[in-house]
Amino acid sequence: MKNAWPILTVVISLLAIWYAGAVWMNAQWVRDQAARAGTTVTVSQLFIGTMNLDRPVLPAPHQVVMELWKTVVDTSITSKRSLVYHAWVTLSATLLGFAIGTTAGVLLAVGIVHNRAMDMSVMPWAIASQTIPILAIAPMVIVVMSAIGITGIVPKAMISAYLSFFPVVVGMVKGLRSPDAMQTDLLRTYNASATQTLWRLRWPASMPYFFTSLKVGVAAALVGAIVGELPTGAVAGLGARLLAGSYYGQTVQIWSALVMAALVAAALVGIIGVVQRATLKRMGMSR
Amino acid sequence: MKDTLQGMEPVIEAKGLGLTFQTNDGPVQALTGVNLSISKGEFVSFIGPSGCGKTTFLRAIAALEMPTEGELRVNGMSADEARRARAYGYVFQAAGLYPWRTIAGNVKLPLEIMGFSNTEQEVRVRKVLELVDLSGFGGKFPWQLSGGMQQRASIARALAFDADILLMDEPFGALDEIVRDRLNEELLKLWARTGKTIGFVTHSIPEAVYLSTRIVVMSPRPGRITDVIESPLPRERPLEIRDTPEFIAVAHRVREGLRAGHSYEV
Repeated sequence: MKNAWPILTVVISLLAIWYAGAVWMNAQWVRDQAARAGTTVTVSQLFIGTMNLDRPVLPAPHQVVMELWKTVVDTSITSKRSLVYHAWVTLSATLLGFAIGTTAGVLLAVGIVHNRAMDMSVMPWAIASQTIPILAIAPMVIVVMSAIGITGIVPKAMISAYLSFFPVVVGMVKGLRSPDAMQTDLLRTYNASATQTLWRLRWPASMPYFFTSLKVGVAAALVGAIVGELPTGAVAGLGARLLAGSYYGQTVQIWSALVMAALVAAALVGIIGVVQRATLKRMGMSR
Repeated sequence: MKDTLQGMEPVIEAKGLGLTFQTNDGPVQALTGVNLSISKGEFVSFIGPSGCGKTTFLRAIAALEMPTEGELRVNGMSADEARRARAYGYVFQAAGLYPWRTIAGNVKLPLEIMGFSNTEQEVRVRKVLELVDLSGFGGKFPWQLSGGMQQRASIARALAFDADILLMDEPFGALDEIVRDRLNEELLKLWARTGKTIGFVTHSIPEAVYLSTRIVVMSPRPGRITDVIESPLPRERPLEIRDTPEFIAVAHRVREGLRAGHSYEV
């Protein structure tokens, strides 16, 4: 309970700023409407008017909450209007991409740690890959893959993987190299093979780094999946909702999709955190 | 015939051994002209100020460093062949137990790597934990044990696979004096029971004199042996032996040796 107050304070402050922003940004529209109707608005009318616009510049928090309620709770999840349906479309691509990215990242890190040629050559490419704007490369991935007949979840997952492998490579290289000279010397006195050293020393020692990388990676994977839905005019997924919302000026829909994306990301990071705590506890690495 | 010779055969033999590290500031001579022969069952201490190459010499025996000149034989093989044959157990300055393994799991580590059967592993773990007086602690994690107990566990780990040679690099350096005294006593008992050949690096004169059958005094820049002292003390050594004239005489000679090695520097 001690932690609740600081968190609550921050949440309330953010909501207050959001409401103030909504009033400020939507006020012009309300005044214009009044001027067109030849009336004037009082301050309280102005305030109430800015709270419930159909297409506000910045929707008020309660509008987003009501939209979320409508599209999450009141709509069957099989419906194309359900945000849960769209979230799942994005989530499935995220998870597939995350799995591919994590596997690739771990394999690359193992290679980098064990092979001098890979150590010298892979990292610059990995860094270069992340300097290319994902928005520039995403349409090409979708187009090239659909040209060879691969459509649907896989191209989006590739973009997710492209974003999520990098934090895993960086974290795991650091983690696999975290045992100190004494610990590697010890295994040398046993004449242990590289494989034995990997499984008995490097891999367990890298676990704290691994989970931290996964948390960064899974958030990146979600961004990748959403970005992957934008350039193709996808009909389903959180990215599609964002796109449709911006076409039709449905700011409430855009914001509710954004909030949904944030909730999904928080849930994914939270789940990894739980697995992390359980694993490290079982390994005796947390007290 | 081999049996009769075994007591005399040197287990570790260095002839004209030298080791030069190439550093950014130029070559550093860590060891030069080291001649030493250690027989089976000896307890040999290496003592000297930091930079005298005592740890480097121990690491060379363990094939963790490669000598740049001279010859080094361990069990009649090259040091690296001896390492591959798992001829020695090595105890480092810090216990270096894996935090994710229990004490028993840590002791089991070399046995797993060397491919002992599961039942054999269990038997050996129980035996060596008993030997270092840690029975009943096998299920604990390292952080649940004191520093002295952790170091005992690391000794158990080095004993688990029956190597005839035990190399110890300032194993008690980080422990307080009371714990160190007790562990010294226990180490002597363990040595008496197992008959291992022990190479022991320390910078404590009383520790070296109390434990060793032979004390090798070393001096820095370049690292070399300045004196080798045969201990006149009996093998059976209660802690009180440290107050006897014989003990004090040996300690005095070690101190003189250390001072002589240092004199031209200050």
